[in-house]
Amino acid sequence: MQPEFQPEFARLNRVIKNYGSRRALQEVDLCVNRGEILALLGPNGAGKTTAVKLLLGLLDPDGGEVRVFGQDPREARGRQRTGAMLQVARVPETLRVREHIDLFSSYYPHPLSIPETMEAAGVRELANRKFGELSGGEKQRALFALALCGNPDLLFLDEPTVGMDVEARRGMWKQIRGLAARGKSVLLTTHYLEEAEALADRIVVLHRGSVIENGTAREIKSRVTGQVVRCRTKLRIEDLLRFDYVTDVRREGDSVKIQTSSIDDVLRQLILTDPEAAGFELQKGGLEDAFLALTAK
Amino acid sequence: MNIYWKETKYEFLKMLRNPRFGLSALSMPLLFYILYAVVMYKSSHLGSTRMSSYMLATFGSFGVMGACLFGIGLNLANERGLGWLEVKRASPLPPAIYFLAKLTMGVLFGVAEVAALFALGIGLAHVRLAPLDTLRMFGILVAGSIPFGALGLALGYLAKPDSAPVLVNLIYLPLSFFSGLWMPVEFLPKALQHTAVYLPPYHLSRLALGVLGVDQDHVYWNHWQALVCFTAIFLGLAMVGYRRDNARQNGLA
Repeated sequence: MQPEFQPEFARLNRVIKNYGSRRALQEVDLCVNRGEILALLGPNGAGKTTAVKLLLGLLDPDGGEVRVFGQDPREARGRQRTGAMLQVARVPETLRVREHIDLFSSYYPHPLSIPETMEAAGVRELANRKFGELSGGEKQRALFALALCGNPDLLFLDEPTVGMDVEARRGMWKQIRGLAARGKSVLLTTHYLEEAEALADRIVVLHRGSVIENGTAREIKSRVTGQVVRCRTKLRIEDLLRFDYVTDVRREGDSVKIQTSSIDDVLRQLILTDPEAAGFELQKGGLEDAFLALTAK
Repeated sequence: MNIYWKETKYEFLKMLRNPRFGLSALSMPLLFYILYAVVMYKSSHLGSTRMSSYMLATFGSFGVMGACLFGIGLNLANERGLGWLEVKRASPLPPAIYFLAKLTMGVLFGVAEVAALFALGIGLAHVRLAPLDTLRMFGILVAGSIPFGALGLALGYLAKPDSAPVLVNLIYLPLSFFSGLWMPVEFLPKALQHTAVYLPPYHLSRLALGVLGVDQDHVYWNHWQALVCFTAIFLGLAMVGYRRDNARQNGLA
């Protein structure tokens, strides 16, 4: 049940990255564990792509340490276990999807077969199309195929669903989940909160080059006081603050607003201590709210 | 080895299917040769050298240079600008193979170009060369892919992707003219004849013309030396460009 013990596939250790005088990453710690999908979530300019490029060895850190499978990623050897999907403006347009897959497969020691790759990336019907003839979403799927064709253990996906419509995005999610089901680790960046919540085992929120949250979607939501109970009660604020899972209480007119990480627990305690409490209003924070709250700091 | 062949094969296919490359870089020398050597000066001689043979050497140099500057230089500048070079760098492909494959592709197009010119010359323009001389001239012209391939790499890294097509043409066309590739250097004004010796295509064409017995006033070795120096300079420039590109991505330039 315990294969080779190597839980940590990639890590940033107090990494600093500057572009000239602009600081892009500020002592960022990050690790991708074996078999997990990690979402790096943040608005544009938060430093997500920089983090990915450091992990791919495309950039030099100005401080701290970058490790992928225990090695400096700038040494090419470790790359045979990684696949990458980067944001590209355009790709060489005159080669067919199948030809690109054939070429990229040859870079790896144990690639998937071409049909396997096309199946896993959902590009079978694009096989004979030239890159220049693909729509934005189709291009993303073809780039995704190039990232996974080498059967790597760790995939970096930089904004994999950018430019896709809802349906195509769901399709891509399915394929990314399929990777995780086969034991692959995935680091994906996104500024779609829904995407991080739907896919990731763990979410790291980057804002202005710093990690401001790290945890499961549920943990982050609760920590960001996304959930609110409003009601009329005769209990005093001091009593309410003594409840478990309550983070803040405020009076709003004739009712109180209780911020909590667990609505269920607050309701049970409320009704037990004040059976006459009434006028309940519940507000469950989506990660969207959490994210807004996080990055509005 | 497998990686190298695949990379070269697809590099070649990619350029072969690129209509702009085929139409401009590859067909221009052929059209010039047809116009000058086949149509206009088929029976002319320059000294004792048949004009159509002479032009095989000069337009051959022109063709090899075009294949390298457009096939390697413009192609690399484009891929760099689009972020495709970064995708390659993020893959396990050894960088040396990426460049070697591009150079090989340049050489292959050079070979095709020179072969087509020879076919035109022998078939349509009364070019008569001894088999050994044919081989020697062919070999010299194809060896010209090395300095111009190096120039292509330098341009690929130094040119801004947006302006690369203009820049490559601005280097390709004047360099060819002032080196005497379009019009024999003997016909150029005296001042230009003196500047020609500082241009790499001049030396390549002189080496090829040496096979025909032209160019008795120069020592053979000097042209080789000049080409080796130019190759070293261009590789040095390519290295500078590569470093600058890296530094720019890291926000240092």
